[in-house]
Amino acid sequence: MSASPDMKPVLETLRAAISRLEGHTNRRRSVLPFGVREIDSRLPGGGLALGALHEVAGGGNDALHGAAAGQFVAGIAARTRGKVLWIVTRQDVFGPALKQAGLSGRRVIYVEAASEADVLACFEEGLRHGGLGAVVADVARLSMTASRRLQLAAETSGALGLAIRRWRRQTEAADFGQPTASATRWRVSVLPSVGLPVPGVDRPRWLLELIRARAGECADFEVEACDAKGRLAYSRGLASGLALPAALANRPDQEAAGARRARA
Amino acid sequence: MLSVDLPARRLGLRPGTPVAKAQALYPDLVFMDADPDGDRQGLEKLALWFQHRISPLVATDPPDGLILNTTGADHLHGGEHAMLINMIHRLSGAGFRAKAAIAETWGAAHALARYGQASLTVVPQGDVASALSDLPIEALRLPPTSVEGLMALGVSRIGPLAAMPRAPLTLRFGPDIARRLDQAFGRVNEAIIPIRPVDPVQVVRNFAEPIAAAETIARSIGKLVPPLCEKLDERGQGVRRLDLLLHRVDRRTEAVRVATATPVRDAKRLTRLLCEKIETIDPGFGIERMVLIASLAEPMDRRQTVSSLIEEEESDVSDLIDTLANRVGTHALYRFAAVESDLPERSFCRVSALAPAEAKDWPDHWPRPTRLLPRPEPVQAMAELPDQPPLFFIWRGIRRRVKCADGPERVFGEWWKNDTELTIARDYFRVEDTSGERFWLYRAGDGEHGETGSQAWFLHGIFG
Repeated sequence: MSASPDMKPVLETLRAAISRLEGHTNRRRSVLPFGVREIDSRLPGGGLALGALHEVAGGGNDALHGAAAGQFVAGIAARTRGKVLWIVTRQDVFGPALKQAGLSGRRVIYVEAASEADVLACFEEGLRHGGLGAVVADVARLSMTASRRLQLAAETSGALGLAIRRWRRQTEAADFGQPTASATRWRVSVLPSVGLPVPGVDRPRWLLELIRARAGECADFEVEACDAKGRLAYSRGLASGLALPAALANRPDQEAAGARRARA
Repeated sequence: MLSVDLPARRLGLRPGTPVAKAQALYPDLVFMDADPDGDRQGLEKLALWFQHRISPLVATDPPDGLILNTTGADHLHGGEHAMLINMIHRLSGAGFRAKAAIAETWGAAHALARYGQASLTVVPQGDVASALSDLPIEALRLPPTSVEGLMALGVSRIGPLAAMPRAPLTLRFGPDIARRLDQAFGRVNEAIIPIRPVDPVQVVRNFAEPIAAAETIARSIGKLVPPLCEKLDERGQGVRRLDLLLHRVDRRTEAVRVATATPVRDAKRLTRLLCEKIETIDPGFGIERMVLIASLAEPMDRRQTVSSLIEEEESDVSDLIDTLANRVGTHALYRFAAVESDLPERSFCRVSALAPAEAKDWPDHWPRPTRLLPRPEPVQAMAELPDQPPLFFIWRGIRRRVKCADGPERVFGEWWKNDTELTIARDYFRVEDTSGERFWLYRAGDGEHGETGSQAWFLHGIFG
C-alpha cells in the first residue's frame, strides 16, 4: 500500500523524459473538433490536432483536380480564427466557392510560388509564424525530410498545417503511399448524392478515409460536404444502406432545406 | 544639331546636320539649345527612379544610357523578359523611347541596347560572343579616332575585330581596343559604381580582413542593423526598403534588397529579412566593406496597442508578408476581392495581401465550383433544346453520363462595358455524373437564338 505513492513520481519523471525525447513541449495540445461525434471519437484528442501537419488528397480523378480535397480543407480552415495562407503553384481556386464553405475572401492570402521548393519554403515560413489560423499548400511531392521540417515548424508555433496533395498525372498519385511525418492523412472521394424527389443535385457527399493517424486508428466515414460554416454532417447513409441512429437521420437542418426546395 | 526627335528623323534630318542647312530645308523647324547639364541631371533622376523600382545597383551611362545590375532582381518582376517589357512601357508612359538589353557584361549590354536590331534583347548566359559579332565597332565605346582608323583598315564589325591579333592593334591604336573588347566579352571586370540617393540613412562597416563565411556575414548584418534603427528612430522614420551593398576585394559590388509592406524599425525583423538573403550573395574572394542604406524610409509613429477588452485582436501578419514577398515577389502575394459581375471569370480581382477588408462580398445563392479552370474547356455534349441539362458529355476523352443536374443559371454579357457582348448569354448547369463527380458546364448561347452564342458546350469548373 505504501509503495504506490512512491512509484508515482518515478512514473511521472519517466513520462516527462519520454515526452522530452519525442520532442513535445509542455504546451497543452489543443485540437479542432469536426463537431461530428463519429469522426471526433476516432481522432486522438477528439479532433484535428493543432500544431501539426495534416495531409489531404482527393480520391480517383480528384487526385488531379483537388476539388473535394480543396473544399474539405477550406471547411477546416474556415473554422479556425485569423488569416489563412493558401500556397499554390498554379492558381485555380475559385474564391466564391471557399466563401460557400465559410472561408471569406477577406481571410485568405494567396501565395503563387514558382516551384515546388518555393511552396515548401513558404509553407514552412507560414507555419513558423504562428499568427495564422491555418496554412494550406498544394503539394505534389512531400519527402520524409520535408514533412518533418513542416511538422516541427507547426509544433513550435502551434499552427495548423494542411497539405493538399495534388498531382499532375494519375500515375504520380502512388506517391501518396510514401511515409511522411504528418499527424493525419485523409483521402476525400466524391460519392453520388442521395437523390432528390425532384430534378436537381442534392448536397454533395464524400467518402472520407482517415488513412493514417498518429496514435490513432484508420477509419472510413461517409459525410455530407461542408455547409456554409465549414461543418460536415454525418451522412444519412441511405444509399449504402447503413443503419444509423434516428437522431442522426433526423437532422434539424433538413426542415430548412426542405422548405427551400419547396420554394424552388 | 546634336539630336533630333522622331518626326524630324522621318523628314530625313540626322544629328550632325548644320542648323542653317536644316532651317533652309524646313523653315518652321523648332530648335532648342543643348543643355548637357540638364540632360545629366535628368538622367540621374531617371537612375534614382530605377533604383527605387528595379535594382539597387544603378549607374548612369552618359550621355543617354543607364546601366543596371539586375542579378537577383528579375524574379521579383516576373523574369528578365517581363522586367524589360515593364521598364520600356513605364518609360514610354513617361514620354521616353527606350531600348533595353540584358547581357553578362556592361559592354555587351551597352552595345546591344544601342546597336541591336530588336528593342528588347536578352542574351542567354555564354552567348555574348555570337550576339556581338555582327554589331558595328562603334558599339564598343571606342574613341572616334580609333573607329575611323579601323574603318580605314576595312574593319567594321566586332566579330572580325575580335579575331585580329592584339599586338599590332595595340601598337597602332593604343590599349583601348583590347580593353573594351575584354570588357564586352567579360574577360576583365568593369565595376558599376551605383548612384546614391540624396542624404540617405546609412551605416558603413569596414573589415580589416575580408570576410566570406555566411555566419560572419550574418553576424555583421546583426551589428549593422541596430545603429540604422537608432538613426531612423531619431528621425521618426521606418524603413520600407533596405539595400545592403557588399564591396568585394575584386572591386565587384554585390547587392541585397529587401522591401517591407509597412514602415518597419524593428532591428530583429530587419536582420531576419536580410539574413534570409545571404544565400544569394556570392562573396568571391572576400568582402571588405558593407554598406546598409535605408533607400526608402517613411514616417512612422509610435502606436498604442489596441485594447483587447472588446474582442480578441487578430495577430499581425505583415512581417510574414514581408518575408514571403522578398522570396516570391509582391505580385505573387494577393487576396481575391469580389467584383460585381455575373461572369465567373470576372467576379474576382487580385488585391494586395494587406489591403483593408472590402465591404463587397460574393453572393452565395448559387453553388460555385472549388476549382475554376483557367479557361473554359470545350466539351461535346448532347442536350435537349432549349434549356435542358445535357444527357451526357465528353471531356478530355472520357464520356460521362449525367445523372442529375441543376440549372440553367443564365448569365448575360456585360453590354454596358463592351458593345460586342450585347446579345451574348451563357446557360450554366451543375451536373453530377454516374460516378458522383460534379461539374460546372455551360452552353454559349440560350439554346434558341443564334446571336446569343455558338451553342457549343464548355466545362468551366469542378465541384468538390
